[in-house]
Amino acid sequence: MTPKLSAQVGPYFGQFGGRFVPEPLIAALDELDATYQAARKDESFTNELAQLHLEYTGRPSIITEAKRFAAQFGDIRVFLKREDLNHTGSHKINNVMGQALLAKRMGKKRIIAETGAGQHGVASATAAAYFGLDCVVYMGEVDTERQALNVARMKLLGAEVVAVTTGSRTLKDAINEALRDWVANVDSTHYLLGTVAGPHPFPTMVRDFHSVIGKESKEQMLALTGRLPDAIAACVGGGSNAIGIFHAFLDDEAVQLWGFEAAGDGIDTPHHAATLNRGVPGVLHGAMSYMLQDADGQTSESHSISAGLDYPGVGPEHSWLKDLGRANYFGITDAQAMDAMKLMSQTEGIIPAIETAHALAGMEHLSKVLPKGAHVLVNLSGRGDKDMETAGRYFGLI
Amino acid sequence: MSKVETILRQNRDSGRGTLVGYFPAGYPTLDDSVAAFVAMAKNGCDILEVGVPYSDPVMDGLVIQQATEKALANGFRLSETFEVIRKVREQVDTPMLVMSYWNPVLRYGVDNFAQALEDSGAQGMITPDLIPDEGASWIDAATKRDLDHVFLVAPSSSDARVKANSAASQGFVYSVSTMGITGERANLDQLARQVVGKVKDLGTAPTCVGVGISSAEQVREVNSYADGAIVGTAFVKAYESGGLEGLTEKTRELARGLG
Ligand SMILES: Cc1ncc(COP(=O)(O)O)c(C=O)c1O
Repeated sequence: MTPKLSAQVGPYFGQFGGRFVPEPLIAALDELDATYQAARKDESFTNELAQLHLEYTGRPSIITEAKRFAAQFGDIRVFLKREDLNHTGSHKINNVMGQALLAKRMGKKRIIAETGAGQHGVASATAAAYFGLDCVVYMGEVDTERQALNVARMKLLGAEVVAVTTGSRTLKDAINEALRDWVANVDSTHYLLGTVAGPHPFPTMVRDFHSVIGKESKEQMLALTGRLPDAIAACVGGGSNAIGIFHAFLDDEAVQLWGFEAAGDGIDTPHHAATLNRGVPGVLHGAMSYMLQDADGQTSESHSISAGLDYPGVGPEHSWLKDLGRANYFGITDAQAMDAMKLMSQTEGIIPAIETAHALAGMEHLSKVLPKGAHVLVNLSGRGDKDMETAGRYFGLI
Repeated sequence: MSKVETILRQNRDSGRGTLVGYFPAGYPTLDDSVAAFVAMAKNGCDILEVGVPYSDPVMDGLVIQQATEKALANGFRLSETFEVIRKVREQVDTPMLVMSYWNPVLRYGVDNFAQALEDSGAQGMITPDLIPDEGASWIDAATKRDLDHVFLVAPSSSDARVKANSAASQGFVYSVSTMGITGERANLDQLARQVVGKVKDLGTAPTCVGVGISSAEQVREVNSYADGAIVGTAFVKAYESGGLEGLTEKTRELARGLG
């Protein structure tokens, strides 16, 4: 019998994954892995996390059928898994509460995090406030400008926000800076990585913390429609909200999995973040995975209107699912995403994050390739409040 | 025995100690970096470390980050690493080890990279973000050509990892002096002594200490318990403020820490 896809726990996903980091970090990764392995089998941990989700995160998140939105695409039904309704406004909190509990278990009093859109930074700052931990968030200088509101939120929550001015001054460089901090402060500090990238055990552990999205959805969809959806759609930056909703369905072969990545100005221009469509395998931030790079192995700069998708790498499990042909990855341009943001706002009264809008824009393509009457479950990964500055300028509203 | 290891042992036995000097290839230009390496070799560095500029140098502090960023902005191409080595080799016999993050090597092709190292006259490579656990392809390619393959050990490394990484290394074992990235430190940690002690107890490869060394006194101190002192940031800074002359002066100054 072939092993189930969902049973894969790293460090490798086929040829992808691993631990390509400097030796000084290995002890911390080993400690984290051991702590996590013990915690996931420990009922007191899983119960505590479940209780936190119930009383603080606001789980389970609901499912909303988007009828007026779906009508624009012909004969399909679209269901939204409302991660935007979680405390702090996105899926990111699922992983953050899990890792913050682990940090406590390891006796670490300080957490550091990288952030692009600011959603992971806000979630980390929130958990730090809740658990009484010190928190430093690294954010590319470019992103501190386009997500100024989230910078203010993090500061109000008591976190220190460090604007990273090296390299491309975006998410990739924020991760580099967080890794440098971690090397120097590993005894006191947990690096609360915000997506399913990075060295083992992060891709597996972060996926596990987000897999609650798919587990809830499966039950909810069965109750709502009496069957599994025909397709699941999510946006892909590092890939955490996508793998979170995919994971419970990996072994349901009839369910198509669709990841939508940022095509920026267009997948055939130099300005995009379509890592799985245009990248080649390589090592970035500690893992082997598809990545955007030049002929010399230098990381290429990515481009997207969405800070949370503006990343030249992607989690190793997605690279594996792509090569296996289990999941499909498709590029959505800035313009298509912004159209979808507006459409969702005006047909459903839900303002999605620009990241999320990439998945919503994918309905155009899915409505063409799926059978008539298909049910599509979309991970509505976050709300768009943080993007009002960008959207306001884009649509000429401010 | 590898040329690098031979030098480390001879210098140890003679009570002199060893100075290993890092500089980025292509910084600020290809020819400037060739001149820098030659000056370092002629003024007291026993072994040269040829840094490959890389877009995401997570082990490096600001000084080296900015220097390598500048080299890249000035158009540095990976293949020029070998051109630098060839040109330095025409002028001095000093052994050269390339210091490269893993992805450029992977993209070039591990076996092709090893061949290019050999053809250009380098002795091997130090891989800051490649642990031996992930390094089978490189160890194979290097072993086939008798190239040195230097892995890191750190104050945080378990005894088992110190043993495994030392056993996987040829040339020397790179003992990271402190938990942190490259850059100058006023005081070297006691940790450096401890990690070197662990490697020495194994009695296998020699070990050099890197990260944070910037004065003749530190070079002397490190050589009192290890087989060599590795200096990078201090050389780059000296070059930045004083050009080739400043670098030459800094090399002489640090070499005074040798016996
Ligand atoms: C709302 C939202 N969705 C998606 C993402 C992309 O990350 P990932 O691909 O890890 O889900 C982000 C990242 O900041 C986000 O804020």
